[in-house]
Order: sequence, then C-alpha cells, then structure tokens
Amino acid sequence: MRREGSAFNGLGVVMLKELADHLTSIRFIILEIIVMLIAVGTVYVATQQIKDTVAQDPFLFLKFFTTSRAPLPSFIFWLSLLVPVMAIGLAFDSVNGEYNRRTLSRILSQPIYRDALLFGKFLAGLMTLAIALLVLWLLVIGLGLLFIGIPPGGEEVARAFVFLLVTLIYAGVWLALGLLFSIVFRSAATAALATLGLWLFFYVIWPVLAGEISQIIVPPDPRYMALGLQTPGTVVLEQFLARLSPSTLFGEIVVAILDPTTRALGPIYLSQLQGAVLGAPLPLGASVLIAWPQIVGLIATSIILFVIGYVVFQRQEVRA
Amino acid sequence: MSGDIVIEAKGLTKTYGQAVAVDHISFTVGRGEIFGLLGPNGAGKTTTILMLLGLTDISGGQVSVLGFNPAREPLSVKRRVGYLPDTVGFYDQLTAADNLRYTARLIGFRLAEREKRIGEALDRVGLSEFAEHRVGTFSRGMRQRLGLAEILMKGAQIAILDEPTSGLDPHATAELLTIIRRFKTEGVSVLLSSHLLERVQSVCDRVALFSAGRIALMGSVSDLGREVLGSGYVVDIEAEGSGLGERLALVPGVNRVEQTGIGKLRLHADRDVRPEAAAEVVAQHGRLKFLGVQEPSLEAIYTHYFAARPDGTLKEGARHAA
Repeated sequence: MRREGSAFNGLGVVMLKELADHLTSIRFIILEIIVMLIAVGTVYVATQQIKDTVAQDPFLFLKFFTTSRAPLPSFIFWLSLLVPVMAIGLAFDSVNGEYNRRTLSRILSQPIYRDALLFGKFLAGLMTLAIALLVLWLLVIGLGLLFIGIPPGGEEVARAFVFLLVTLIYAGVWLALGLLFSIVFRSAATAALATLGLWLFFYVIWPVLAGEISQIIVPPDPRYMALGLQTPGTVVLEQFLARLSPSTLFGEIVVAILDPTTRALGPIYLSQLQGAVLGAPLPLGASVLIAWPQIVGLIATSIILFVIGYVVFQRQEVRA
Repeated sequence: MSGDIVIEAKGLTKTYGQAVAVDHISFTVGRGEIFGLLGPNGAGKTTTILMLLGLTDISGGQVSVLGFNPAREPLSVKRRVGYLPDTVGFYDQLTAADNLRYTARLIGFRLAEREKRIGEALDRVGLSEFAEHRVGTFSRGMRQRLGLAEILMKGAQIAILDEPTSGLDPHATAELLTIIRRFKTEGVSVLLSSHLLERVQSVCDRVALFSAGRIALMGSVSDLGREVLGSGYVVDIEAEGSGLGERLALVPGVNRVEQTGIGKLRLHADRDVRPEAAAEVVAQHGRLKFLGVQEPSLEAIYTHYFAARPDGTLKEGARHAA
C-alpha cells in the first residue's frame, strides 16, 4: 500500500521548532556551562603539562585533547563522559513529552506523517549537539593558541576536525537511544533512567564484564601466562565483547585519530610490525582507515536504534 | 441537513487483539451538520474519531472523509479536517500565537496568510488579547478555545471535537457551544463526541448513541425521544379557569390530563397540541399564564433505552470483565 505525499512534509518545520526549543532550554544552557568549564580547565592543565614535558612533538596541538595531569583527567575523558549525558538529556523526553503534554495527537492531526516528527526531532538534537561541540572545539583550539602561542598545522586541524565529527556520531548513538526510550516509555523519568542506566552499563560495567566473560569462555593458557603474555584467544574474545559497547568503539577511534602513531587497535602480531618504523606517525587517511570499522559501527548503531524507534512509533496508539 | 455527505462510514470496525473496540458501525454526516457521538467512556467514540483521521489503523469496513480514504490518503484528510483532541495540549512555554504559528507552518501556509488567519481565528474565539500570552497561563476553557481557533485557522471543512466540553465550567461550556454553533452557519460540519448528554443535546442536529462499540440509536433527539420513550409530547399548561382539565382532555390528540399543581396541568399527547390547547383555554375564558412543550431529554432516552434492553448492558458488563 503506497502512501500519498512525502514522508518529509513538515520535516523542516519540526526540526526548526525543536532546535529553537533546545537552544533556549535551561538544560542545554546548564550542560553548555559545564562543558565550557571543563574545556577551560582541561586545556589549562594540558598547557602546564605540555610546557613541562613535551618539547619535540610534531602533533603538539592534539595533546590538548589527550593530555591529563593527576588528579584531572584529559579533555577526551570528560567529553566521552559528557557527550552521552548531553545527548540523552536532549532526547529522553522528546516523544513521551509530547504525549504527556497531550500535544502529540494535535500535531499528528496536521497534514504530516509521523516520520517527519521523529526524524525532525532526531535532526534537531543532532544539530544542537553539533553546535555545542563546534563551540567547544573552537574554544579548545582558541585557548590552545592563546596558551602556547604556536599555530596548529594543517594535519592537526584535520585530525581535530575528524575527531569532532566522530564525537558527533558518537553523540548520535545516544541520541537515537534516548529517542527510542522516549518512545517506548510513557514516563520521561523512566526513559531518562533507563537510557542513563544503559549508558553506565556500557561505559563502566561492560568493559569489566567483557574481560571476565572471555576468561570464562576461553581460559588463559598457562604457557602464555608463564611467559607473562596474554592468551591470544582470550584477548580476541575480550576485544570482540568490549567492542559491542559504543563507548569502547569511540575510545578506539579517538586513540587512532588523535594519536598518529597508532598502527592497530587491538593485539598486534609480529608480522604486522615487519618493516614498520615504530613511533613514526601515520598519515591522516591511514589513521582513519584503522578506525573505519569502528566509525561504521557507530553509524550503524545509531541507524539501527533510530529504525527500531521508528517502527515502534509507527505502531503506537496516539490516543491519550 | 443537505444531501451533501462529508463523512460516510460503513461497517467500520476496530479490534485490539480479541477485544472489539468499535463493532461494525455505519453513519453519515452531512455538510453543515452537527453530529454527536454520545456514550459512556470506553464505548468507542475516540477510536472512531482516530480512524476517521487516519491516526489509527482500520480493522474492517470502509470510511470516506470528503471522498478520501483516511488510511490511504491521510494527508488529504488531515489537510481538510480540524481535530480537537480530548483535553487538548499546547506548548506551555510558547505564546498562543506561536503555538498556532507552528501548526500553520506544518500545514504549509505562507507567512502573510499565516498571520492573517491566526489573527482572525484568535479574534473569533475571543483570545486576541491573549495572543502574546504564554499558554501555560491559560485556563482549561481558554485552551479549548485555542484548539477551536486552530481549527478555524486551518479553514477546515469538518471539525472533529472529542469531548470539547468535559471539565469546563458552565460559562466556558456556553461560550464553547456558541463557537461550535457558529461553525454550522459557515457550512462546516461538526462531529463531536461527549459523555455529557444534556450539554450537547442543545447543539446537535443528529446524534448516535454508542454502547460497547456499537451505535445503539441514531437520529435527531426528538425522533429518538419518540422512538424510545414512546409517549409522544408532554405539554405543560398553567392557567386559571374552571373545568379546564375536562375540556382539554377532549382536545383531539390528548391522551391524558394530569393535575400537577394548583392551576397547573400536564397533557400527554400524540403530537404537539399547544395551539389547540391554547385555543381551548381562551375559549373557556381561562387566563393562560404558561404553555410549554417538554423536549425529550437525551438522558432520559439513554437511561430508558439501556434499562429496557438488559442485553445491551449485560454485554457491556461482560466486555469490561474480559
């Protein structure tokens, strides 16, 4: 059965309205303030650290993102913590909020499809995050310039920009998850808790659990243990399990993009090291290639989550 | 009612798994007609409305709204039909005008037309001075009126109102009913649902009484009254004069005369006997003080109908138990 008209009727209208709502909402302002403070704090700390230790690094600028000094963690750590929270904060009440305000049936009785409403909300969330992250990114680069006074090279800017895009994709995963739970759960509080719970599970518990599970399934070989090495089977399984978590994927991508000397994510076999100059930086394209499966994995995850939400939403009754 | 039909439902059915929410209902609504869907909560009124708008799937039967099939051409239907949901909601942080602007943009009106339509619509429901107030500060009656303004702004040919008066105080109800009556004068058909029988009785041209997913009765209120209550017309007279009761009993069509008080008589008749009764009183040199015919009340019709058909109520009870 073919439907009449375009599924994207009204998409732009919904998106602009949601975007305006997001940008003027108090929760967005609060999140933005927190992120700004972290940006300033970590860049300042990183500057001190860089001044103290690193002198001969061709990718000095990227150190702003990765350098930490106890007790303060690095900028990417804060970002990997805050981006999901920001995304979930924007999405957790997007559909059930409409339902609870009883605006859903009124809006859907206008000549638009549900597709437009859902996709508009997702795009608006993504754009909001893009604006926030872009501001942050420029802030870090600007502060970096200010503190150390050396302009970044073209490759550094390119890498930092890829990092920005990847962070946005990562945010998209949590945005799609928040949107899905806002469709499934009628109560906004339940949706927020469920999404945050799942995020914490993947961020904190799953990496530990992946190690434990892989040790149970493939027990470490005593011969490797005697040599002080990890059993390859166990490591491979652990890595496979850990990569089921978007947080792990994001972490790996960040390592590959922001550290040009990264040659592989995961165990390295001797054959891979033949002819390699250890510690030599890779070109940006090669770094992206290393992280490409992870990037595709993140994009696919957000698409799958969005599609599940879409299907559930299409079948949902709108009556109050 | 003109012969022009805007909504036509034939054997419309909605099932949720085993449960039947709407069971083979058929009705038509003409242009400029006010049609009431009446019945208790859970009788299938809202489900019927959502099927008309294409907001829920149709399990069986056919429905045509302005010649369109809501399941296949929902956008064409929704462009021409205005809907006021049960307890309508607006974005509280936006102003009344901004809420309408969002809807107008969704419909696709251009800027100049948008502002003109919004201004006119708010004016007609008496909210123009609140146009720039946030909806969060609005009372329930104002929200309902804003909902009607949205339908007016849309220029809808059919207005579907789900429980428009529930939870409103008498004054707000009266205001709302006035606006609804005005729809009719502009040729807009109105389909409204309610469980408050006597409130909507005054505005509806025809009503359909719902019970357990079926239409139990359909027709104009007075027709239904005669059909269900049987006894025809009840005329109350207040007059001074001697032997009026005996004389009035002889008026053709009067079945019975009842003394309801000093100088007060009640005539039970087959038809409207007011002219004959008045002539009779005057002929007897009586002093006529009051003459009125009792309209059958929907409440009475409803209670009477379901009391007379215990199978209907039993079925409903069984459905609730299941």
